[in-house]
Amino acid sequence: MANDSPYLQFRNISKSFPGVKALDGVSFSVREGSVHGLVGENGAGKSTLLKILSGAYAPDSGDMVLGGRPMVFRSTAEAFRNGIAVIYQELQLVPELSVAENLFLGHMPVRGGLLDRRRLREAAAAQLQTIEEGIDPATKVSRLPIAQRQMVEIAKALTRGARVLAFDEPTSSLTAREVAKLFSVIAELKRQGRSILYVSHRLDEIFEICDSATVFRDGRRIETFEDMGGVTRDVLVNRMVGRDIRDIYNYAPRQLHEPVLEASGLAGPGLSEPASFSVAGGEVLGVFGLVGAGRTELLKLLYGAVRKTGGTVRLAGEDVVIRKPADAIGRGMVLCPEDRKDEGIIPIRSVLENLNLSGRLSRGFFIFGDWEGMNAARQIERFRIKTPSPAQLAVNLSGGNQQKVILGRWLSEKVKVLLLDEPTRGIDVGAKSEIYAIMQSLARDGVGIVMVSSDLPEALGVSDRILVMRSGRIVASVDRNDATEEKLLKLALPAGPQAVAS
Amino acid sequence: MKETDNKTGAPAAGFLRGVWENAGMALVFAAMFAAAAMFVPYFFTVTNMKGLALSVSMVGMGACTMLFCLACGHFDLSIESIVAFSGVLAVVVANALSGSMSSFSSVALGMGAGVLAGTLVGVMNGVIVAKFGINALITTLATMQIVRGMALITSGGKAVGISDENFYRLGLSDLLGVPTPVLITVACFVIFGFLLNRTTFGRNTLAIGGNEQASRLAGIAVDRTKIAIFAMQGMVAGFAGVVLASRLTSGQPNIAQGFALEVISACVLGGVSLTGGVGTMPGVIVGVLIMGMVQNVMNLLAIEAFWQYVARGAILLSAVLFDRWKQRRFHR
Repeated sequence: MANDSPYLQFRNISKSFPGVKALDGVSFSVREGSVHGLVGENGAGKSTLLKILSGAYAPDSGDMVLGGRPMVFRSTAEAFRNGIAVIYQELQLVPELSVAENLFLGHMPVRGGLLDRRRLREAAAAQLQTIEEGIDPATKVSRLPIAQRQMVEIAKALTRGARVLAFDEPTSSLTAREVAKLFSVIAELKRQGRSILYVSHRLDEIFEICDSATVFRDGRRIETFEDMGGVTRDVLVNRMVGRDIRDIYNYAPRQLHEPVLEASGLAGPGLSEPASFSVAGGEVLGVFGLVGAGRTELLKLLYGAVRKTGGTVRLAGEDVVIRKPADAIGRGMVLCPEDRKDEGIIPIRSVLENLNLSGRLSRGFFIFGDWEGMNAARQIERFRIKTPSPAQLAVNLSGGNQQKVILGRWLSEKVKVLLLDEPTRGIDVGAKSEIYAIMQSLARDGVGIVMVSSDLPEALGVSDRILVMRSGRIVASVDRNDATEEKLLKLALPAGPQAVAS
Repeated sequence: MKETDNKTGAPAAGFLRGVWENAGMALVFAAMFAAAAMFVPYFFTVTNMKGLALSVSMVGMGACTMLFCLACGHFDLSIESIVAFSGVLAVVVANALSGSMSSFSSVALGMGAGVLAGTLVGVMNGVIVAKFGINALITTLATMQIVRGMALITSGGKAVGISDENFYRLGLSDLLGVPTPVLITVACFVIFGFLLNRTTFGRNTLAIGGNEQASRLAGIAVDRTKIAIFAMQGMVAGFAGVVLASRLTSGQPNIAQGFALEVISACVLGGVSLTGGVGTMPGVIVGVLIMGMVQNVMNLLAIEAFWQYVARGAILLSAVLFDRWKQRRFHR
């Protein structure tokens, strides 16, 4: 096997979206029969690169060399024909078709114009055999567990003779045993001389299966390690973040005031047990837990976005009745939702409109003068929102700037309690640290902040105190000084020998 | 996307952007108008211009509120039945009251009844769509049939003639040579254009169409806004029905079939998005004018009515394809 010749080369690839440079002159190459890791923070450019590889995006400039031939794919079908297969987090199978039909979708065996069912079944069985036994080609894909669907996806790529397979966070929903199985399949693909690209946030995995790795940051290639021997975790993290990770949280101890938010006996959908807690003015309360632990639900119940079935809420010492978000906003409690795109921004309206969405509600029916323009300009400056103009559509901003728009939306209000749901998910490190700084400065002004986060270092770095949730209930309240990663994880994990934590 | 580089002049910038985004259609309209004026006999005469304005006045009124309806992500098909029902009802009530009170009172009460009936249908549409979450297409398809039935029942299935000539004034009078219905339509353009751009109600409408969940979480009273939009739509359709009855000197239960689709077509021609969140009043005005002018020119050229349907459909299709092409250029 020609182990040293590059089979796939990226040459000077750049790609911009309105307001963001997603990739900036990226070049590196991937050898035949090797696994090449791509690492970097969210928004560093890995996904964009995979989309260019798969033909979903066309690069603005630059090209790829595949087995000696320079090319740029204009569609995913074209990339597929040239032996490129990208296996995404959300798998690209048709759930209501059988495994065999999925494998040969688009090029099913025919005889006399009709589908040749027998040949289909046999060919599918033969292909599956090489990867994993125990999948019946006649089963509907929707009946298979995620791990097996992934195997079907790999098999599908192989039926098309894929020479390059790219995996995008393939282990995010697998158990430890399934991960081991996946890795043995990847090792086999590598032995067959195929080139593998492997994207993962889990650095342990990068060290376990990658022969080489490229680090991305802010759309640029920072460094390519041709040999993983001698590379340490710290080196990788340092290259990814580009600065010492400890100082991005801007934490400074603050004076805590009277409680601004007191919830007692809060009950509703998503909570298995009534929840009670309080937040002091000037306090940042982290809420940590695994996905599905009820954290988002807790915030939505507080905010009135979901109707609660019991419990009382006091804001700044006063009993309040909150039936809908408008009630909460009127009392000075606001929410930045988890899903920015679906619940936060109005994508097809301008930055200006997004910023004024709530502020204008309290200013009467008519919009006179230029309060809106001035308010938008003020928030854009205050949060350093990167936008060519206030008239830019919100959809064209980067994730970090969208989040700042949502934060800015609330800042013309008199806010006492700020509820943040995963405020930095999918945001680059620079914007993250700006958002932490905003949180700290609001807290210094006496605002009580509740921050839901599944990013453990973030929860530890930002919070004064951390509530841990598990299966719909609050299981512990841990002070900043007593909190460690292990302790919080142990509290958050369900009892018993369960799957790996995310 | 080309942006007006204007840091503070927000509403003005919004307006300019609206003009820019619809400039394509406005230019198409200007070109068509110039061509028609040059090549179509009688087109550019005072009589024909007046007729053209009068012929678009109905669609123009309906399009003002349909703009809100589409902008918040919904539809209203029932307006065509409301036009018929409110006209019939206004005439029946006015006729029944005439003699028992002054002519002014009976006509005013009759017209009021028509507008009120339209508003109530709108409220019903709004409550069903907003509170019960039923698809607006289905909801208004149902009320469209119910209300058409009401029009037929109220009139006994036949046109009802107006007995009091004062009723004609609304539709057949003019001011300085401009027919009253045209003035009413212009007033609607101004009022609803202002409502869309310069009130929280209008901005909330677009926000809801752009992302309903985000709007709700931002504290906007989504349900109430939607109900108000449908109520407004019903009210304007009711008023349009009364004006039409006045012009025709009778309430006709079978009139205005296909009116809703004509109105929606005009809006789409004017760049209003069917999925909500995008729409401007200048755009809608251009859409209404193009539709009306094409119809007018085809009449002047004595093109058979059957072919007119074909032409109108073809124009609508090419307009939306043009719009899609324009957007694709921006987004990729």
